[in-house]
Amino acid sequence: MVVDIGPSNIETAFVLEALRKNVRVDGRGIYDYRTLRISCGPTPGLAEVQLGQTRVLARVSCEVTRPSPDRPTEGLVQFSSELSNLAAPNLDASSGGRVSAQEVAISRMVERVIRQSRAIDTEALCILAGVKVWAVRVDLHFLDHGGNLMDAAAAAAIVALRHFRRPDVTVQGEEAIIHDPRERNPVPLSIHHTPVCVSFAFLGALGELAVLDPSLLEEQAQAASFTVTLNAHKEICALNKAGGVPLSPEQIQRCTQVALTKADEISDAINAALKGSSSSK
Amino acid sequence: MGDTKIVIPGDIIDTHTEDSDQTILRLGPGLIQTNDDTRATTAGVLHSDKDNTQYWVVSNKRRYVPAESEPVLGVIVARHGEGYRVDIGSAHDALLPLLAFEGATKRNKPNLALGTLVYARVAVANSLMDPEIECFNSKTGKAEGYGEMAEGLMFKCSLGLARRLMDSRAPVLGALGAGVPFEVAVGLNGRVWINTASPATTVLVANAIKNSEFLNAKQCRQMVKELLEKQ
Repeated sequence: MVVDIGPSNIETAFVLEALRKNVRVDGRGIYDYRTLRISCGPTPGLAEVQLGQTRVLARVSCEVTRPSPDRPTEGLVQFSSELSNLAAPNLDASSGGRVSAQEVAISRMVERVIRQSRAIDTEALCILAGVKVWAVRVDLHFLDHGGNLMDAAAAAAIVALRHFRRPDVTVQGEEAIIHDPRERNPVPLSIHHTPVCVSFAFLGALGELAVLDPSLLEEQAQAASFTVTLNAHKEICALNKAGGVPLSPEQIQRCTQVALTKADEISDAINAALKGSSSSK
Repeated sequence: MGDTKIVIPGDIIDTHTEDSDQTILRLGPGLIQTNDDTRATTAGVLHSDKDNTQYWVVSNKRRYVPAESEPVLGVIVARHGEGYRVDIGSAHDALLPLLAFEGATKRNKPNLALGTLVYARVAVANSLMDPEIECFNSKTGKAEGYGEMAEGLMFKCSLGLARRLMDSRAPVLGALGAGVPFEVAVGLNGRVWINTASPATTVLVANAIKNSEFLNAKQCRQMVKELLEKQ
């Protein structure tokens, strides 16, 4: 059983030394994203995002269930993630169904991003109030850990949710008929907007050197990380900074400014991928 | 030397020759003898020598299986009484005895910090024990380039690329060497260490080597030329 040993001392030292001269180890600019590739399908609700070496697969499924008693008119959206040593050899495979801390952290972050930004209309998932609602489940599979799992996972989740089709339902009084997808075309979920995550890493003893979309080495050498979640309407949905060295307001401001442009690029890529897949159906 | 044949694990290799009973068949990496058959155990290209007495499979993977006398790059993860435990990317960490350094004696042992990158040679590797490495040539007692790597950059690559880089005539190394001075240490465990005078040059060299995996010699030289011109 191998635990995460991190990079060697000289690698960390090199990343810092290079960054002080504005050089990143993979030759990118400080605020450059790696190549983003999004693919959806063939099944509805299946999306794969490739961000440089990082690969995340999201799969959306749904089933009918009883609603939560304190929210009888809202459907449920659940996230689960699997971070096994398929992604990187030093990751511990979760043994015996027990979920590792890292898995919980990532799925919780993606859940916060999508739920707190109210991207999905949960009231539209209600079939019969208090009796039957749709429970939508998003499974994230991390196929390759090349750094910045957060941005890739969030993009994969939202693309999969927009790509997904649930069975059509007709409600007649107290009865609900759920139509077989072969009889009636399944319908998309009601999604208000597309939140996009943009992550930064801060390196150096005081976190003075900022980079966008950290690679695995940069992420392992970082002193703090910061994620801005925005949508195409230039609304900030969430700011996330968990642990690490403190950051100044100027740093946060600068990152948010950069994130605004980058989020637009990612949104465009998401829209193009979804349009491409629907036109080929 | 017949035509190239791609094999996958489980494939039976036809090794019959005219005097099958008289010849001794040598099976190299990736092949195993089961009863009367010769089967492939890894996916790759099957090669044979012209007399068809030696067969081997050339495969390209990323997970390292230690083999004796191979040079490897490892990161120290722990120190025990007798030596260091070093991660070399294999299933089990390797043991690096404290005395396996040039000039080390019981009174004069090396003192390496955790996280140090070392270039070492695999001394013991079999399926029954944890692998052992050494930072010197045990026959001559000299370091011969092995030991601690104090600065520079290390990156990971596939095992096939690492094997090709070990050949000093590798096209990408030659093309780079003509343009910039650099130091390189290749570990057959899929890790390569580079050091040059400035970080920007180190990054350039590292990326050139990573990009060269699927390029032929001419394309390598072209790629290196373009990278050096852009600098």
